[in-house]
Amino acid sequence: MTAPSAEMSVGYVEPQVACFDSPFTFANGAVLERHELVYETYGKLSSAGDNAVLICHALSGSHHAAGLHSADDRRPGWWDLAIGPGKPIDTNRLFVVCSNNLGCCDGSSGPNTINPTTKEPWGGQFPQPQVSDWVRSQKQLAEYLGISQWAAVMGGSLGGMQALQWAVDFPDWVEHCVALAAAPGLTAQNIAFNEIARHAILSDPDWSEGNYLAQDKLPTRGVALARMVGHLTYMSADGMSDRFGRELREGGFAPGNNNEWVFQVESYLRHQGARFSTQFDANTYVLMTRALDLFDLASDHEGDLVTALSQAQASFLVASFSSDWRFPPQRSVEIRDALMAAGKSVTYANIDTDNGHDGFLLPNVTYEALLSQWMHRVGPS
Amino acid sequence: MSRLDLKTVLGWVPTGSRVLDLGCGDGRFLQRLRDERGVIGVGVDIDPDKLVAAVGKGLDVIQEDINDGLRCFTTNRFDVVVLAHALQELTHPHVALQRMVDIAHEAIVSFPNFGHWSCRLHLGIKGKMPMSRAMPFHWYDTPNIHFCTVRDFESLCSALDIDIIERATIAGSAQNALGKWLPNLFASSAIYRIRRSGG
Repeated sequence: MTAPSAEMSVGYVEPQVACFDSPFTFANGAVLERHELVYETYGKLSSAGDNAVLICHALSGSHHAAGLHSADDRRPGWWDLAIGPGKPIDTNRLFVVCSNNLGCCDGSSGPNTINPTTKEPWGGQFPQPQVSDWVRSQKQLAEYLGISQWAAVMGGSLGGMQALQWAVDFPDWVEHCVALAAAPGLTAQNIAFNEIARHAILSDPDWSEGNYLAQDKLPTRGVALARMVGHLTYMSADGMSDRFGRELREGGFAPGNNNEWVFQVESYLRHQGARFSTQFDANTYVLMTRALDLFDLASDHEGDLVTALSQAQASFLVASFSSDWRFPPQRSVEIRDALMAAGKSVTYANIDTDNGHDGFLLPNVTYEALLSQWMHRVGPS
Repeated sequence: MSRLDLKTVLGWVPTGSRVLDLGCGDGRFLQRLRDERGVIGVGVDIDPDKLVAAVGKGLDVIQEDINDGLRCFTTNRFDVVVLAHALQELTHPHVALQRMVDIAHEAIVSFPNFGHWSCRLHLGIKGKMPMSRAMPFHWYDTPNIHFCTVRDFESLCSALDIDIIERATIAGSAQNALGKWLPNLFASSAIYRIRRSGG
């Protein structure tokens, strides 16, 4: 196939599957006898193996970070903005790997895949992963791909936290680490929002104790509501005002107009919720939000973030987005300050934007220039 | 920073030292320090475009407002901290100076001398705030909100228990000797090496 129209696209990509037949033990003690990871790669691994970059996805992301799967694809991978020939993560030079986290729903072993013992979907029986589990499973994937060190591990939001966990857990594996819109751990408010999302899902009559797939049901109302709440926290108030204002999609403000009003913002949230509810697995959403809740970079290091980050050998890029209230700039500053105190090499920027938490996924001149300039130090010169 | 300042500061920074450059701009100076003196440098600037330019030079840069207190740097984190021609732009220069001598063993500070005879002449004869090629702003739109003289700076250091290790002055070529002899009158700018008392 030839590349899609955009010159700076990685073009058409095909997901790959890696099968692991040895048991995988989760941090909580649960064991998977065998498992699969689905992943995509862009660019070519150098013979010296010194140009491999790992991309970690966020809550609702997947292995499909760039390019298109087919001509029918309406949208490219979730970080197509940053990955491609001539883009900040330049596939002319770098070999980029992105895998679907273990326990997610886009092809890797997870709640919506078959439990080999019961021959039924795992459903609510799938082990609860933690961020450190994902890091260890990605290390297995790296070894499977013949990679022995990452020139960079990078991601935004949960993906940024996973990148930090990589740098702390396997210091000699990570040469550079990029954490965007991340946090060293979740706050009570963060956990509260996750709990509202889980509560929405668990309250759906079709939830069926997590065994909806075996019963041929889908808790779409719960997942839609969870997504609407989640999505709201990814946008900023100013960004929403700019985009939707008080515009009506249906109905009117004139007197005597008694039909049902639908504001643009309502319509947008409903659409986001509805689309997500049929595409994303409910159990996965529960597992992912729980993994986020449990994330605490300092926990294995006497609760001290400086001690935790002292383990790392990487150089860091930490960036926050000014209007992000999900993981506000202050959380990135905590990471930055701990890195400084640990004597690490770190660059920090707070990108001025109305894009909120989603800022790391959306176009912004300064953000793209920063990422692009910083990435020059990654990989063979 | 003028070329003369730069030369002086370059000479004062020990080879291989850990340097913090406050108001590093596009990182040009830090790049020279790295390439010519082998320093391990960190820059601080608030301007995003300049920050990106500095990042492009392979430097570590922190986007931060110096006026916010430089809390991210721990005591003695650096050998040298440089504040070149930015003291007069700070909201609280005295607070910044105290922080600087805390986070580094030694600070290098340069500033334009408002006690220079041309400033005095401008104010004395014209009765208006001085403007020149070096000071191109009107009083109302200038970022330079805290101009001081050589003598002002030295009294502040004394009040803050900060020791002056060395002073260099920049004056027009004919005035070089005068600049050394009567710096408050003839130096167009001054550069200091300072450290906390007993440090």
